[in-house]
Amino acid sequence: MIDFIKGTLMLSGAIFTLLAAIGIIRLPDLLTRMHATTKAAALGVILIMLAVALHFGEVGVVARAFAIIVFIIMTAPVAAHVIGRAGYFVGSKLWSGTVKDELRPNYDPLTHELKSGLETEANAVHQPRENDTP
Amino acid sequence: MTGAIWNLLLALAWVILSGDFTGLNLVMGLVFGYLTLVLIEPQVEALKGYPARVPRIVRFIGFFIKELLLANFKVGFDILTPPWYMQPGVIAMPLEARTELEITMVANLISLTPGTLSLDVSDDRKVLYIHAMFLDDEEELRRNLKEMEYRALELFR
Repeated sequence: MIDFIKGTLMLSGAIFTLLAAIGIIRLPDLLTRMHATTKAAALGVILIMLAVALHFGEVGVVARAFAIIVFIIMTAPVAAHVIGRAGYFVGSKLWSGTVKDELRPNYDPLTHELKSGLETEANAVHQPRENDTP
Repeated sequence: MTGAIWNLLLALAWVILSGDFTGLNLVMGLVFGYLTLVLIEPQVEALKGYPARVPRIVRFIGFFIKELLLANFKVGFDILTPPWYMQPGVIAMPLEARTELEITMVANLISLTPGTLSLDVSDDRKVLYIHAMFLDDEEELRRNLKEMEYRALELFR
């Protein structure tokens, strides 16, 4: 029974990692590719680590497997966000099937200001922040 | 935070006193420590809210794993089948979250669920721009994102 669970976890983890690899080749633009690589690959690693923890069943290995899972969950979305954001603002083309883009009209490429679209007269005034360059 | 530290200390005390240094016994210690904290919560001011928060965190993890699996299957299906069913686009989501920590948590959780990727937050920290892969039902997507944000914020407040 436990062998069956381990096998299922291993296999599905490998399949999700494969899906991520296929996705990076097949999908049409940078942002959709980021979807495939980060999440499917993270899920694949998590499943494989669960299988490892089940297989060895020792405290040291289980602790390390869970540490890997926690670190993947902490780092994967940050990496995806940074790469996606950089790619978007550098001007990588969106796929022709993209239905809407609510960011572009609010972004000023000269000052790098990003408006929320919710500004009123009162809160549109620039608020000084501590990391502003004088 | 104080509650979590006390829970851990009680668990360690349990492990040392029972003399059984295994992971399973540590989990037992955590459970007994939690029960102790539930019992003494009305008397101790510093523990307020901790016992109620733990089941919320457990429920949130369950909810998150369900979302993660479902959405991964959806994206995987679209990767494999030749015609594209996806309708990607960038949407603006008004944020409930106010502090930097809350915004970071919400943005990361949104990035982790497949089909949505947080791109940037506006300068006044009011709107999060999200790249979504399936915009065929925008209302549904917005509702799901709101629910995710609401549940995540519940853990902090």
